[in-house]
Amino acid sequence: MRRIVSSPMLRRGLAAIALLIVSVFLIDMLSDYRQSQVSSVAYLAIAAGGLSVLIGLNGQLSLGHGAFMAIGAYTVAKMLQDGKEAPMLVLLVAAVIVTALVGAIVAVAAARLQGPYVAGATLALAVAVPALAVHFRDALGGEPGLRVSSPDVPTSIDDALFFLTGTETGTSQWLATVSVACLVVTFLLLRNLSQSRVGRQWRAVRDDPVAAQLAGINLGRSRIVCFIVSAACAGLAGGLMAMVTRVAAPSGFTLILSLTLLMAVVLGGLGTLTGALIGAALLTLLPTYVTNAGSSLGLSDLQSAELAPLVLGLTTIAVVLLAPAGLVGSIAPALRRLRTPSTDTSVTTTITRGEQS
Amino acid sequence: MSRNHLRAALAASTAAVVLAGCGAGGRDASSGGDSEGGDTTGVTDTTISVGTHQPLTGVAAPGYSEINTGMKAYFDYVNEAGGIHGRKLELTVKDDGYNPTNTSKVVDELVLKDNVFAILGGLGTPTHTAVVDFLNKEEVPDLFVSSGAQLWGNDPEARPWTFGWQPDYEIEGKIMGQWIKENKPNAKVGLFLQGDELGGDGEKGLRQYVDDQIVERVEYASGNTDIGPQISKLKASGADLVVGFNTPSYTALSQLTSMKLGYDPTWIYTNVGSDPKLAGELLSTFSKGKVKGGGALDGAMTTEYIPGVGEESPWVDLWEKVWKEQGGKGELTNYRVYGMSQAYLFASALQASGKDLTRERIVDVIEKDAKNWPGPNLAPFRYSADSHLGISGMRMAEIKGLKTTPLTDVLVTDIGDAEITKDETDVAAVAPPKDGLPDVEVLK
Repeated sequence: MRRIVSSPMLRRGLAAIALLIVSVFLIDMLSDYRQSQVSSVAYLAIAAGGLSVLIGLNGQLSLGHGAFMAIGAYTVAKMLQDGKEAPMLVLLVAAVIVTALVGAIVAVAAARLQGPYVAGATLALAVAVPALAVHFRDALGGEPGLRVSSPDVPTSIDDALFFLTGTETGTSQWLATVSVACLVVTFLLLRNLSQSRVGRQWRAVRDDPVAAQLAGINLGRSRIVCFIVSAACAGLAGGLMAMVTRVAAPSGFTLILSLTLLMAVVLGGLGTLTGALIGAALLTLLPTYVTNAGSSLGLSDLQSAELAPLVLGLTTIAVVLLAPAGLVGSIAPALRRLRTPSTDTSVTTTITRGEQS
Repeated sequence: MSRNHLRAALAASTAAVVLAGCGAGGRDASSGGDSEGGDTTGVTDTTISVGTHQPLTGVAAPGYSEINTGMKAYFDYVNEAGGIHGRKLELTVKDDGYNPTNTSKVVDELVLKDNVFAILGGLGTPTHTAVVDFLNKEEVPDLFVSSGAQLWGNDPEARPWTFGWQPDYEIEGKIMGQWIKENKPNAKVGLFLQGDELGGDGEKGLRQYVDDQIVERVEYASGNTDIGPQISKLKASGADLVVGFNTPSYTALSQLTSMKLGYDPTWIYTNVGSDPKLAGELLSTFSKGKVKGGGALDGAMTTEYIPGVGEESPWVDLWEKVWKEQGGKGELTNYRVYGMSQAYLFASALQASGKDLTRERIVDVIEKDAKNWPGPNLAPFRYSADSHLGISGMRMAEIKGLKTTPLTDVLVTDIGDAEITKDETDVAAVAPPKDGLPDVEVLK
């Protein structure tokens, strides 16, 4: 027992399993609509988590993660065309592999670039990938995209979940459960990775490339690996997104999606996975909440629709001004300061910058 | 570490208790939400709640964002008169920004959270494509989709809950093609097409009649605003009659680009892209005021399937009255007329369904009876057990100022090689009832 509790990796693994079991019950208690919202938050958080690791731990700014999501989504959609079927695990693994491969190619190019140039190269990707879908209309469905049939719940899993929760598992519940499971597993892997030797190398490359190189770290390889991991997360998110939204269409993967991911990361706090989750939840739930609040206050449909981007923009400005390290990035150190008031502030921040992930 | 032990033990025992409590054993017979007569979700004794997805923000918002205000105005007009069979009509409008991913989310919200009775006039081909399977799986009536794609009506067996509304782009292309063949047999025809169903189906219809007259075809991708290369290509081909299957923004862009290049063919625009008011406004915006909007499309031709603003029609008089009494800000536009026409058809369907309204009932009634109901549509609907495609025909018209003048009778046809004939029914001649409420018999 003591050994389990003292090994961080095992401890996290156990926590993840506990979290999974609890989430199965929690999701079961939600309405269909809430379940679909949970799925949306989960897939956005997976992509944001991957991006957060890339930016926060490795210092590479990608504006093209929406394009990787598109690749994941189209991979799943293509595998389900013309009535074809495949188990969900196969679909998601395929989405991850294909995206990781594309990510590897982009990463090799991006590893030669630095700072704003990486952002520029990935920005081009975000613009070009949806256009490809429009151009290759026969294969990729053009503007309307490819329809994705929502997956059926496997009988064995339906029975297992029925034994646990005592209710039939609907499609949205199944999707929400799978999305949350993917989220927990992804975050567990990212967390373990960032706390390992690889993660320390990523941070070293971010903080001082020259020093890292002198310490024997291969800069290019470190950047490429981090980029591939991050792209693979986006691919998984894209695959889930295709199943949850039942469509893979170019207009769902515009530059706005890439910027939304970046916004989730900035809102939550660079390099923190909890922050990515909070940012994703905020970006998914806030617009709906604001729009509905607007309508119930008597605004016209048009006005309340326009209210959502306004409030989102103002929230982002407020967070950047008041909590420049993001919600989690600013609040967590503040809480810690409260607990240990004697610690010198500057020391705390440097430590947390390294520790949070 | 003893504290950690305690915590672990506590967590484990809690989990065990929870699991034990949940081991639910055998299954009960599931109890569905349907009553024996059918699904009455969204219907109460005094209200019927319906929802729609519309682009209120984003690229497709100009023009299209007005459609729901027309629907709402007519619903309010009906409610003022006591509703249909004593039930008031409630419309929930959700903005999807013309993004299929958002459409999927807002339709989830409408169906799963707001529990609407039906989706009415969901707008857009890419957007509605994302939800059509979901709506049919959930067995939600998906009525009068605001798009001319054939997906909504060509396979009622696969999509029994979905009904199209406006004429599809293929029959529009056929009717245009026949008119060109008969009236401009020597014209060199160029095609200006949006790279999706709109352009593809339109071209298919046109080629049935004027395949040998077509000298050039160009495509643009929606979102790319530089169409200089395409227009240059048309100019170089010597085409003197250009048929545009495009959206309103591209009507304005094509006019502006042609002016810049000194190219002046006769234009025929699809009904989708030909609203002279909107195209004029966009033209004036895109040219930063250098081109005056009014009369920008004078001399261009288009098609019509419902009477528009400014035309002599008792229906337009009714819409003017409805908008004056129940409308919000702004004046009556063709987009609001479009929304009101859909709302009128929906009200007719509710009227014909009778007091015992269910989701199954309204779909059945529309399939069997809607082609007989009087309405603003110039030609009858094609609804039957074999087809859920919408209005069966249209007429060619010329644009002058903000109005149109008819060039032909109302012509009807169907997809494929169905013949084009003059509409023999008198649908277009029927005036609305005096009180403006649909007057149809309850279907037995």
